[in-house]
Amino acid sequence: MIHLFHFFLGPFQDFAFMRHALVACLALALGCGPVGVLLVLKRMSLVGDALSHAVLPGVAIGFLVSGLSLYAMTLGGIVAGLAVALVAGVVARFTLLKEDASFAAVYLMSLALGVLIVSLRGSNIDLIHILFGTILAVDDADLILVACISSITLVTLALIYRPLVVECFDPGYLRSVGGWGAMMHFIFLVLVVLNLVAGFRALGTLMAVGLMMVPAASARFWAREVWSMALVAVFIAMLSGYTGLILSFYVNLPSGPAIILTAGLCYVCSVIVGIHGSVYSRRRLGLHLGG
Amino acid sequence: MLIAARITALVLALFLAAGGPAAGAEKKVKVVASFSILGDMVKNVGGDRVEVTTLVGPNGDAHVYEPTPADAKAVSAADLVVVNGLGMEGWMDRLIKTAGYKGPEVVATKGIKPREMTAEETEEHEHGAKHKIDPHAWQNLANGQIYADNIAKGLSAVDQAGAATYKANADAYKAKLAALNQWVKKEFSSIPKAKRRMITSHDAFGYLGAAYGVTILSPMGVSTESEPSAGGVAKLIDQIRKQKITAVFIENVSDPRLVEQISKESGVKLGGELYSDALSKPDESAPTYIDMFKNNVPKMVEAMKKGL
Repeated sequence: MIHLFHFFLGPFQDFAFMRHALVACLALALGCGPVGVLLVLKRMSLVGDALSHAVLPGVAIGFLVSGLSLYAMTLGGIVAGLAVALVAGVVARFTLLKEDASFAAVYLMSLALGVLIVSLRGSNIDLIHILFGTILAVDDADLILVACISSITLVTLALIYRPLVVECFDPGYLRSVGGWGAMMHFIFLVLVVLNLVAGFRALGTLMAVGLMMVPAASARFWAREVWSMALVAVFIAMLSGYTGLILSFYVNLPSGPAIILTAGLCYVCSVIVGIHGSVYSRRRLGLHLGG
Repeated sequence: MLIAARITALVLALFLAAGGPAAGAEKKVKVVASFSILGDMVKNVGGDRVEVTTLVGPNGDAHVYEPTPADAKAVSAADLVVVNGLGMEGWMDRLIKTAGYKGPEVVATKGIKPREMTAEETEEHEHGAKHKIDPHAWQNLANGQIYADNIAKGLSAVDQAGAATYKANADAYKAKLAALNQWVKKEFSSIPKAKRRMITSHDAFGYLGAAYGVTILSPMGVSTESEPSAGGVAKLIDQIRKQKITAVFIENVSDPRLVEQISKESGVKLGGELYSDALSKPDESAPTYIDMFKNNVPKMVEAMKKGL
């Protein structure tokens, strides 16, 4: 019993960097779970990937202004991410183009601009490589950043939960009763950018986008309400964070991939045996109908 | 008639006087070096006869570099390309092909006995990077002298008129490196061998370790591309605590955060920044290959002394 206890908790008792990594995962899971679920429901699941490229011009300008300062580069990244999300959102709202297409167009423009700025300066440093952190190197400042962003996310979501969900399923409704729909959508986009860019800086792109999207996609198979889906997503994200770190500790696997692959395993299981719309449940349903 | 002839002669003389050196200057050998350390060596060996373009500049990371069109242009216009080899510049072959460069290529590590990573090391650093051979050969000053010879040979082949100059320059440079090598050995000899241990952010000092009897540990593999595992980092922290290692360093090309974390956790103060894979900008502390050692070695020795 003691051995088992030591096996599962020992690494976190002995090493501060393991504690930091675990807390960062848990905090990130809290904020990213609900945001990820809403992204899945809004069919914007690939926005995270797009944003990881879209931040480049901001990072580059941050670098030009103040050298290799992580703060300037993070701030630049957030500003660039927000600009891309907002411009793409406005285009999707007020023209016939859908969200995915407008996002693709704007993020590519942003990426190109970033490459241009980096090249004009003639610098050979891979800025993104420097900005994006790793889960094992999370320090106090990173933890505070992630914790703040998660708190802001949860409070904001609690405040705008109802209109946001309505907007999510029936964008026309809020527009017909007043202009709040667009407002909700933009507040939500700001949350997405904050969560992702903070995540990139503290943990790297793979962790930030992966911990947001993979659990959210898995949660779709286990719950029907938005809130319960978000709960499942948070649970899966936390479980993956813990299991992945333990695996990385004992089996010597790189931590980021270990965590995301654990989440991926949850996803595969969900796809096969989940309660709602999984392979198994559809097959059973099909048999019922047939019989 | 006489005056006309005189004027012609004068004009001709002026033309020759002005044109002579100018023509010589235009004929400078255009050399492209893959990264800053090689660039500095080529400058030392080539002197005024060469014009060096360095692809990966100061503080740049040659492991994960992405070439630009300007690089392709420089390579296609070059008379000679100098690379490190041993798997350092994975992107170089494609760049040479893309640029349509058909000229000679100097592999600076030719003739150097490549350092294989030991079984334990490769096991630890297996994930991601597959390099089993350590490319950072310049971290041993004896190898640096072989680099200089290889570069001189390559330059002489494309510019035979300058062969004597290159030989003389290379010899002078090698003498400086040999003297520096003696100094480095003396510096390290002040520390008992068992205490010559240090931690760096990526494993770039293997040759230095082998040459001067220093044990080097690092959380990342030889390449900056790979990602560390929690188990590996934990083992390193344990090792620092148990063996009371006092020398922990960050490098100019890699993310300092992981090593900062490790130093904080194990209670060891960081010994400063080492230059490993790239030189610094001219106004910083390691703008040349020689300055790099003059910056790195005292920092290493000082940090190790704290553990005595």
